[in-house]
Amino acid sequence: MIPLPFYLVIAAALFCVGLYGALARRNAIAILIGIELMLNAVNLNLVAFWRYIKPASPTMDLAGQVFALFVVTLAAAEAAIGLALVIAIYRSRDTVNVEDVDLMKW
Amino acid sequence: MSTPLVLTYVGFLIMAAVAICGGLIAVSARNLIRAALGLILSFVGVAGLYFVLEAEFIAVVQILVYVGAISILVLFAVMLTRGLMRRDLSAQNSQWIAALVVALVLFSALLLVATGTNWKVAETKIAGDLIPKLGEQLMTTYLLPFEAVSLLLLAALVGAIVIARE
Repeated sequence: MIPLPFYLVIAAALFCVGLYGALARRNAIAILIGIELMLNAVNLNLVAFWRYIKPASPTMDLAGQVFALFVVTLAAAEAAIGLALVIAIYRSRDTVNVEDVDLMKW
Repeated sequence: MSTPLVLTYVGFLIMAAVAICGGLIAVSARNLIRAALGLILSFVGVAGLYFVLEAEFIAVVQILVYVGAISILVLFAVMLTRGLMRRDLSAQNSQWIAALVVALVLFSALLLVATGTNWKVAETKIAGDLIPKLGEQLMTTYLLPFEAVSLLLLAALVGAIVIARE
């Protein structure tokens, strides 16, 4: 089997790429893309740990996969709400640049 | 399932490269359509890694939900808000160097943890078909979170319609 750290390093790289995207981009949709990449990296970690490390109790032997499924569902909900917010902001303020959306800043 | 180890490594390396390259395109492309396509590439790479990990169900869910639904949602949002970014404005904001430093520092820390920790790895073979077991556990052990997540999806669905409509 491929050593577990290989997967962890790939997931870490993917997470950091997503983090950079979420922190450095101007466009709100690009920020959401970065967040999706980060969620994917976390899921990859969960499935890798499920495959390589045995849980203490045998009834929890699919916990990693179940957790990954829930994360996928939450990511879908997050994407739908996030993109709806972006479209709502675009309608009212004619911009998707997060630096122009400073209503709550003083 | 007795795939030769070399083939497993080749599949792993190809899929890992696809995932990382897709991610790099997604965060660096100026054109948002290109960024969304890079995101799809990255999702496909991660799905391939799930196949290498023998988590076929998660891999198929990944392709269905991420590649089939979330990417299309992102593409729709890009097209609905198109042509807004001023051409002279760079795609990155003024703090991109700090963001790069934060990402690199976090990556090196994670690298140290991932390679330095003594993981208690168990060499386990996957016994038989896991998908019926997964479905059974979702309906017994994980019934409460399962129902909660269905409620959450309903709330997100209604919320997204309310927020996005005029």
